[in-house]
Amino acid sequence: MYVLVAGGGKVGANVARSLLRLGHELTLIEQRRDTFERLEDEFEHQVKRGDATELYVLERAGIARPPDILLALTGDDEDNMVICQIAKEKYAVPKVIARVNDPRNQAHFDLLGISPTVCATARIMALVEHEVPEHDLIHLLELRRENLEIVEVQIDRDSPSAGKRVEGLSLPEGSRLISVMRNGKAEIAVGATTLEAGDQVLAILEPGKEDELRRVLLRS
Amino acid sequence: MKALVIGCGRVGSSIALQLDGEGWDVVVVDESEDALSRLGDHWPGSFLVGHGMDADLLRDAGIEDADAVVVATDGDNTNIVIGQVAQKRFDVQCVVVRVLDPARARFFRERGLRTVCPTSVAIETLMDAVRACEIPAAKAAG
Repeated sequence: MYVLVAGGGKVGANVARSLLRLGHELTLIEQRRDTFERLEDEFEHQVKRGDATELYVLERAGIARPPDILLALTGDDEDNMVICQIAKEKYAVPKVIARVNDPRNQAHFDLLGISPTVCATARIMALVEHEVPEHDLIHLLELRRENLEIVEVQIDRDSPSAGKRVEGLSLPEGSRLISVMRNGKAEIAVGATTLEAGDQVLAILEPGKEDELRRVLLRS
Repeated sequence: MKALVIGCGRVGSSIALQLDGEGWDVVVVDESEDALSRLGDHWPGSFLVGHGMDADLLRDAGIEDADAVVVATDGDNTNIVIGQVAQKRFDVQCVVVRVLDPARARFFRERGLRTVCPTSVAIETLMDAVRACEIPAAKAAG
């Protein structure tokens, strides 16, 4: 596989190293002179110096072949977005993966149709949520392309849903309960399932419906 | 009519002042508060400090009912992304984006973004100026 990696910082260099170890062919692009010189010692002719948002730099790095995949891993979200747009729409690169530095920019990547994306900050925050018990609704998985997410909630004694059947709940439109975990055993949630205090419930929903779901399941 | 000007450097500030002079309601956005001084001592429009990539800030600046958005920060890629956000997310009809790199300006222009490339304009103007020089016939032949 031929891979083009834009951005030779910590993320880009580590990804490039890992890909080479797996036997892939690649070109790494780095703009800063000092970083480039360090990379050149290790990656030799496989690293090119330049601004990866410039078309001639991308072409010198072999974007016209085109690569099987392009990874936009610079520390600048605008650059990563532009690199991906150029790669996909000008050079028909079949697959791109973009790094999101500031999670607030995720919406812009989505708007421009750049997917998949990876945001370390958002991943860490999701894990923190998972670990910190005061967050009553935990994001487990984002299905970005489907525009859905899977969350976990814990029903307690005061929850309005405790003692109710799933079919009797007014769940927000665009949401559904998946499963109920009780005493270490999980079961698929059906209409006749009755929720109890202590249940851990998985739900699938459209992003933005969390508050409505929280109201129905956890507090009125 | 209402215009947003993102980026208040030499270009953005002049555009803001001219639009104001032509009767527009102008809101200027810049990352640096110091940029306000480029608008003179009596800037009658609004001025917001923040980054044009911030959708909440754009909303505060009134992008949802803006008739025109001019994007002229000093970063080409920042301008390209903000321009597309204004066009695709906020549905602004008139979006004008400064892009210094002719190659990127052309690529995004072909994709429906109204980019203006001062570099290309400078090249054309300079070439015209060179062509307009009167070279003595003897030298031109030799």
